[in-house]
Amino acid sequence: MSTVRIPPTLRTATGGQKLVTVPGGTVRDVIRGLVTAHPGLEAQLLTQDGDLNRFVNAFLNDTDVRHLQALETPVGESDTLVLLPAMAGG
Amino acid sequence: MTTETLTPPTTATGASDAPAASPTSTRITGMACRNCGLAQPLAVAYVCPACFGPLEVTYDYEVVARTLSRPAISSRAPGIWRYLELLPVETPPARSLAVGSTPLIAADRLGPSLGVERLWIKDDTRNPSLSFKDRPAAIAAARAVEFGLPALACASTGNLAGATAAAAAAVGLPAYVFIPADLETAKVDHALAYGATVVPIDGTYDDVNRLCLEIADETGWGFININLRPFYAEGSKTLAYEIAESLGWRSPDVIVAPIASGAMFTRVARGFEELADIGLIQRRPIRFVGGQAAGCAPVATAFEAGTDVIEPVREPDTIVRSLAIGNPADGRYAVELARSSGGSVESIPDAVTAEAIRDVARLEGIFPETAGGVTLGAAQAARQRGVIRDGDEVVALLTGNGLKTPDARTLGQAENVGLAPVIRPSLSAFESWLETHS
Repeated sequence: MSTVRIPPTLRTATGGQKLVTVPGGTVRDVIRGLVTAHPGLEAQLLTQDGDLNRFVNAFLNDTDVRHLQALETPVGESDTLVLLPAMAGG
Repeated sequence: MTTETLTPPTTATGASDAPAASPTSTRITGMACRNCGLAQPLAVAYVCPACFGPLEVTYDYEVVARTLSRPAISSRAPGIWRYLELLPVETPPARSLAVGSTPLIAADRLGPSLGVERLWIKDDTRNPSLSFKDRPAAIAAARAVEFGLPALACASTGNLAGATAAAAAAVGLPAYVFIPADLETAKVDHALAYGATVVPIDGTYDDVNRLCLEIADETGWGFININLRPFYAEGSKTLAYEIAESLGWRSPDVIVAPIASGAMFTRVARGFEELADIGLIQRRPIRFVGGQAAGCAPVATAFEAGTDVIEPVREPDTIVRSLAIGNPADGRYAVELARSSGGSVESIPDAVTAEAIRDVARLEGIFPETAGGVTLGAAQAARQRGVIRDGDEVVALLTGNGLKTPDARTLGQAENVGLAPVIRPSLSAFESWLETHS
């Protein structure tokens, strides 16, 4: 089970939980598992095609998954996935 | 074009000089998601709860137009608050730095060297903390005071560090500035001088930004470019208002500006749109040309590839630290603007940037930081590409002062060009030196 850190904007859908443990072998699997456990997140996180919403950035152990293998990046038991809004900074 | 400097009044402005707030109290209608349009109440918020898109401040432009006219603006004190009705604060702050009303300067000597006949420079090197970032920082600081936030903070590539620290000092709030640890020393010292707490992060700007995203909502602080970003971004619209006013209430053919996150680039366009919407200028097409450093050019790359999908740059490699954002938040919108307006996004090598800095300093007496060199390089590239055409009136935004990046000036040349050897304080020594010098 990997850990997903939930930003405040999404915590309503997780019942206020900051950390959620989710099974899955890839980033895609973990996000799907998260959405299955908390269906309220689906519209915010995923497109209709199942890809990551362009306004969401995913970081595996603090590295942007687009610098890894994107949604197909392997995820281990001790890994932490963070989901953050893309529209910030500058 | 004769040599000319169009200068809105530049004396300091404070609350007592600014327009009253009472006629404008209904002009700010709330916030809305740029992506899905969901309306939200005004708050310290930046993300749409429905789709994760960016929230933006919304206005009732009929209310704005009732009090904002050319004569009304002309009668007001200089600075950004003269355009209050188009800014997302209820009242001018009780304390504020003298931000804005920077001059528009006819660059008659530099222009021909770039192939641009009618070139204006918007000289934003001379804001209080020496960059355009004083504009958005002033707006965010004013809003932070209105929201009653306990501190200001930011993630910065350098210019915002000084601007946030200075704005916080002006409104009496503590400032926490998060920067890449290898930032230019001058920028770090600048923020420290204003009393900010500077937190260097061992990583790129994008690492700093990610960390700040994680902590912004947990600290309760007003992160200027994160949870106050909808207000902060609006400050850059004042560049458009001032350019239009300086030109006698009209827009130029081409705007050339640097692109880091893309927020300023896109908000300048919106500023001109708003002026046309409320009838202060005639609506005319403007081509928007952006400049990025070749060592970190995700927006330029997307433009060239004909896509609006931004592929982030993991390790920026450029002297242009102020534009070294590998994952630009407004990148997609910046590409769309450049493309839809008939403009372009140019990728400028560091050597060209350094040469442009030297040229504008030597020919116009203006010393910009590295982003200014990129902007001028972009103007030249856009001219060569045919985006800038014969006779176009072009405004280039020089957004920061060269004293922040002094080492960049000498890239590609010996450091001591123009520096005479030390001589004894005697007439004979001077004459001897003059003989060898000439």
